[in-house]
Amino acid sequence: MRVQGRGHALDRGRSLPFSFDGQMMHGHPGDTLASALLANDQRVIARSFKYHRPRGLFSAGPEEPNGLVTVRGPWGPVPNQRATMAELYEGFCAVSQNRWPSLGFDVLGVNDLAHPWLGAGFYYKTFMWPPKFWLKLYEPFIRRAAGIGALSREHDDTPQEKAFAFCDLLVIGGGPAGLMAAREAGRAGKRVILCDEQSGFGGRLLGEREEVGGMPGHLWAAGVVAELEAMPNVRVMARTCVTGVYDHGTFAAVERVGEHLAKPGADLPATCFWRIVAGASVLATGAVERMVAFPGNDRPGVMAGGAVRSYLNRWGVLAGPRVAVFGGGAGVARTARELAAVGLPPVAVIDSRAGAEAPEGVEAPFFAGAQVAAVQGRMGVQSVTVQAGRTREKIGADVLAVCGGWVPQVQLATHLGAKPEWRDGLFLAPDGAVPGMVVAGAAAGLAGTAEALRSGAEAAVKALGLTGDVELPEAEDGPREEAPHFVDLKGRAFLDMGNDVTVKDIRLAAQEGFARAEHTKRYTTQGMAPDQGRVSGEAAMAVLAEATGRTLAETGLTTHRPPFAPVSIGAMGAGGRGKGFAPVRETTSHAATVEAGAPMVEAGLWYRASYFPREGESTWREACDREVRMVREAVGVCDVSTLGKIDVQGPGAAALLDLLYTGKMSGLKEGRVRYGLMLREDGHVMDDGTVARLGAEHYLVTTTTGAAGPVMRHVDFAAQVLAPELDVQAISVTEHWAQFAVAGPRARAVLGAVVQEVPDLPFMGCAAVDVAGVAGRLFRISFSGEAGWELAVPARYGAALWAALVAAAEAEGGGAYGMEALNVLRIEKGFVTHAEIHGRVTAGDVGLGGMVSPSKDCIGKVMSQREGLADGPHREQLVGLRAVGAVKALSAGAFLFDEGAEATRVNAQGYTTSACWSPTLESGIALGFVKDGRARHGERMSFVDHLRDVRTVVEVCDPVFLDPEGTRMRGPVEGEGNWGSPSLKAAAPLVREAVEAGGVQLSVLEPRPMFAVLPLGGAKVTLGGMGFPAPGESAAKGVARLCWWGAGQAMLIGAEPGRVKGAAVVDQSDAWVGFALEGAGAAEVLARLVPLELETMADGAVARSLLGHMPLALVRTGAGFALYTFRSMAGTAWGELEHALRGVAARA
Amino acid sequence: MRVACPLCGDRDSREFTPVGGAELVARPAPEAGAEAWDDYLHNRVNACGPSQELWYHGAGCASWLVVERDTASHEVLGVTLAREVAR
Repeated sequence: MRVQGRGHALDRGRSLPFSFDGQMMHGHPGDTLASALLANDQRVIARSFKYHRPRGLFSAGPEEPNGLVTVRGPWGPVPNQRATMAELYEGFCAVSQNRWPSLGFDVLGVNDLAHPWLGAGFYYKTFMWPPKFWLKLYEPFIRRAAGIGALSREHDDTPQEKAFAFCDLLVIGGGPAGLMAAREAGRAGKRVILCDEQSGFGGRLLGEREEVGGMPGHLWAAGVVAELEAMPNVRVMARTCVTGVYDHGTFAAVERVGEHLAKPGADLPATCFWRIVAGASVLATGAVERMVAFPGNDRPGVMAGGAVRSYLNRWGVLAGPRVAVFGGGAGVARTARELAAVGLPPVAVIDSRAGAEAPEGVEAPFFAGAQVAAVQGRMGVQSVTVQAGRTREKIGADVLAVCGGWVPQVQLATHLGAKPEWRDGLFLAPDGAVPGMVVAGAAAGLAGTAEALRSGAEAAVKALGLTGDVELPEAEDGPREEAPHFVDLKGRAFLDMGNDVTVKDIRLAAQEGFARAEHTKRYTTQGMAPDQGRVSGEAAMAVLAEATGRTLAETGLTTHRPPFAPVSIGAMGAGGRGKGFAPVRETTSHAATVEAGAPMVEAGLWYRASYFPREGESTWREACDREVRMVREAVGVCDVSTLGKIDVQGPGAAALLDLLYTGKMSGLKEGRVRYGLMLREDGHVMDDGTVARLGAEHYLVTTTTGAAGPVMRHVDFAAQVLAPELDVQAISVTEHWAQFAVAGPRARAVLGAVVQEVPDLPFMGCAAVDVAGVAGRLFRISFSGEAGWELAVPARYGAALWAALVAAAEAEGGGAYGMEALNVLRIEKGFVTHAEIHGRVTAGDVGLGGMVSPSKDCIGKVMSQREGLADGPHREQLVGLRAVGAVKALSAGAFLFDEGAEATRVNAQGYTTSACWSPTLESGIALGFVKDGRARHGERMSFVDHLRDVRTVVEVCDPVFLDPEGTRMRGPVEGEGNWGSPSLKAAAPLVREAVEAGGVQLSVLEPRPMFAVLPLGGAKVTLGGMGFPAPGESAAKGVARLCWWGAGQAMLIGAEPGRVKGAAVVDQSDAWVGFALEGAGAAEVLARLVPLELETMADGAVARSLLGHMPLALVRTGAGFALYTFRSMAGTAWGELEHALRGVAARA
Repeated sequence: MRVACPLCGDRDSREFTPVGGAELVARPAPEAGAEAWDDYLHNRVNACGPSQELWYHGAGCASWLVVERDTASHEVLGVTLAREVAR
């Protein structure tokens, strides 16, 4: 029922229709679902977890244990929403949970009748036999019977956002203490973030009639918020719950952005998950009024006294006309007076303290030293039995207001492991529980508004080391309250209402030996419900203390862990879907490949062509077989740009590569390429690739696609940690070069079509070439066993070169080939990939033991010579396998056994790693490892793939199935090619129209020259008047800017440096794509993707960091930011930036 | 967690890869013997308290760092470029 003259939160002029369980009701703007339901006399709101007992609202705030509903919001149903936190809007639709068929009649309500047998842990004892029944029968049944809301099982596409924020002071909680702390810090010019999980600021001031600074408390709060919002250094965040405290001043917070709106805008996220880094913090989370455990205390209508006052004062609602008040302190009198003031004095005032005096000015029956012995009314309180001494009296009532005393909300202060301490009758956070955090107000155990205001202001002063006087508004003092934790009378008294845990359950746990707080919690599930025992935890521990004969101080509380309040997985994982989770890396041939109808396969983050289907081909195998034959008989072209490429320069380059590779790279001649094997220090193979010597002190290293990142890290480790004395610089150039393999008997002719003067390279030779006017690089290497070259050009020419090469190949009877054919080609030649070098094989195992140079040390060499790892018949060695049984299709991951041996693990002689159909040999072939395999060529073995249920017979052979002498790839080459004088057109890395939203513009930067400047020999490098920049800085001259780009490296943007004295220069112009994000809100947009403190960056400052999961180089410019990421990720980066831009703009 | 990179400043731990004990900095000579190599590769102090760890600032400046950290309190006591420690 509504009460006139109260309810400052409401706009009574407007009515909002909403529905609960399909029933139309009306509320007002400012209502929560809870206040509106109470106003509509809806007393039962949910059915309880285990016993399906009817339950109503207990609280008016975030601590609500009972009132959980499913909200059918704009993005679909969301279960387990607290009615007390859900803001009402027009058309709001809520449905009750855990009942069938309805709230009023719930079939599983029979559970309640069986309660004597359903105590804590009953299912462990009851459903033991037969064991098989547990998984299939008992557990599914129990799960269905017990529970709260259910997920819809639909795909959840609720838009969620994440963001980073930085401040000097984070104030958690916007009650009187928090507001004062924020105001002090804000006025001192500090950067402040103030969060409150509710929609309005003021905390208890919103629920009480109290004056602060000569005006009603809620108006004072609104005034302070207005002052704070006008400060540019303060961020005021309503509807934002700080859910976790982490190391080094990091906090997690969830903000409801669009979730509470009837019709959120198209780009508006439902929530934003904030990661806040704060220099200091003030915990002003206040206190919650706890439940007293007495018989029947879960009946709908039994409510916290403070909640009764909040509903009355804030929302103008009384849960019923006849209210009884029970408790032991000032709250009893306060509640009684509030009721009397609206003309509905309580029907009974029950004070647990012997000798307590009746509240002044309230005409109501008064019971001192009395308890509530029972509550009658299944679907809502009808009467209350009061016991005073030996007499009992039944009093008719609709509502029982329980003033159980206030429990400080110290959970967040204990997230780093500190235990709350029992001091002066309260569990409080120990000093220094969270470095830099000061606890204030009711959270610090202080009572009364005046104390809250004073301690809040002092907390800010203390946390920030401020000086000067604090201006304190006048406010009321409030005495502490004392009430019993539980009433020891016969009848079911509930503690954790969310999980239906009773006093009896706690006692049972103690009796059965689960007597420590943590054990009791796990045995009874006390404190494990969505409210995490906020209103019941202390009382439960009091019951446990009594049952075990310990004090409450000895018993303690259970551990608090994040999250403090329920957070959906979707909110926590914001930004981590689709490309936000895994950026897409595209090669320069991507568009043409897609256009050719080639299905893509993921290789790490890269997308590569699987095969290029042609007309008449109905399966991938047909296309693959044709592509293999094409390469063997004519020519094929394949994009190999995804392989990692590292440029290594300096006088120490040769020595560094000698350390990294098993081979002696210092002995490699200029203009030559060598296959290289890299070991881990434990002696196993890490990666393989080629090393080309481009100059005396200049090498180019290639890695496998998947290991490019780890190898770069490994190179950095060797250069910085193992051999810091070497004068060497290494930088990734993967993204700068587009590289294509041209292989097959007619490959030379295809090359001739794009390179006018093809140098006569020997096998494993390399040279700089002119590719239709573009400076390129040519390597004569082969991964197919055919005469082959790899031709590299700067990425801007990649698309054009790809088109030219494919056209030339088609003219020679060949064409493009994909990963499937590439794999077949290399298996036929016995070339290994990470399928073979899977981390547990040595160089000897893959038949490359001879590559470990005896004349020098290298990483992993010592270990590779250890007994057990050294080559020998005890090792599983790489072999080829040819299908000779009835089944010809081999598979990878199968086991190999001696013929006739039982196919069990102990008999396994080896396993397969790669398999394919070889169109060249017209046979199923595989690579694998077999114990002493090199000595067993010619042997027949049984092949068993248990997983796919394939059994056949294979013959062990040399892993090189084809052309073991290598004459095809090494031999003389044929064809001259028709020089078609092609011209390679440069392509922009990304073409996007600039977008503008919320005053922020996003655009792609025009490609400009970018050259890495890598000082060598400790030279003090200067460039055109610009000094080498210090970390995080840049220097500008004219159109050029020299930016620090990482440890010992800089990037010249906007000009070509030519030769630089004392430094290696590496062209990176095509490796990076730049974006401009400009406008007043640019930092706010970027905070969605970049974990950096952006607002404080000076003009010209540079940082290397992350853009989502993508590498980032950021330059602060006058108008905003210049952002650089890898060319291959340009599309993903644009998408993520635009998404962030629109999400932020939608808030305005 | 926050780690103060000597080059980049205070950064979120997501930019780093922790690799393990800083024992990896002191690589034994090839002829140091099995015991020294066993120690280097496999044995770590793993202290509960101040520990020296190797971290890689891969999403930042690409520096290898020696992070001195209290594994009990998570307090970071100091961060040095591994290059300097190795020298």
